[in-house]
Amino acid sequence: MPVNSTHYLFLSLLLFSIGIMGALMRRNAIIIFMCIELMLNAVNLLLVAFSKIYADADAQLFVFFIMVVAAAEVAVGLAIIVMMYRKVHSVDINILNRLKH
Amino acid sequence: MDIYDMLFWILSAIAVSCALGVILSRNPVTSVMFLILTFFAISGHYILMNAQFLAIVNIIVYAGAIMVLFLFVIMLMNLNADVEPQKGQLVQLAGVISGGVLFLVVLAAIKTAAPQPIEKTSTDIGLITNLGKVLFTKYVLPFEISSVLFLSAMIGAVVIGKKEEIPNIQRGE
Repeated sequence: MPVNSTHYLFLSLLLFSIGIMGALMRRNAIIIFMCIELMLNAVNLLLVAFSKIYADADAQLFVFFIMVVAAAEVAVGLAIIVMMYRKVHSVDINILNRLKH
Repeated sequence: MDIYDMLFWILSAIAVSCALGVILSRNPVTSVMFLILTFFAISGHYILMNAQFLAIVNIIVYAGAIMVLFLFVIMLMNLNADVEPQKGQLVQLAGVISGGVLFLVVLAAIKTAAPQPIEKTSTDIGLITNLGKVLFTKYVLPFEISSVLFLSAMIGAVVIGKKEEIPNIQRGE
């Protein structure tokens, strides 16, 4: 069976679900952040696949903009994590539930 | 089964197994290494689909810049497997079941979608010439706005990251 759009849908869905599982399973804030990057990349892969199928460059530019947003997100997010580590000397997200008190 | 299909399956196997390695390994540095391997496999997929420019950008931006930033922060905090916080078995099982249920629901939704065949011949829409033409004509406004986004993210990271000495000085005066 030759590779078609369904294969790419399944592959990126699988990568996205692995990212969701990781974000729910782990308590380390940095690992959760990496799982979010994994989910973004799963979406990028699907956009490139549909760009190839419909021979359209617009989807590839959307991937480009997603990378821009991801880079900005990583810069701010890692700054917040470093700040949190400086305050509580841990990257455990369960400590953050003290914020509600 | 031609070379395209073989490469698709090999790269998919690498991507999925390394993604599992990211969430299953205890040591954060090992997780980063697995994530870099996943990004390289995804870049291989991009090259397979004639998106050469995006493949190179993916390697430079993700595997090069972003993951080095992650690695730098992890080493700065001296994290390793011994201090890694762990959730209880029940919560981990609930996370896996939730992710699996999402997978099954979306799988059932896209299962009946009509498969679109992929042209295995080479196209040149992924080359930087064509992408640049579209980027600077049709998407020139989002491109300019993204530069403002980058500037604000840079300022935000500096403001968040610096030590809080200014309020103390003001209180002292």
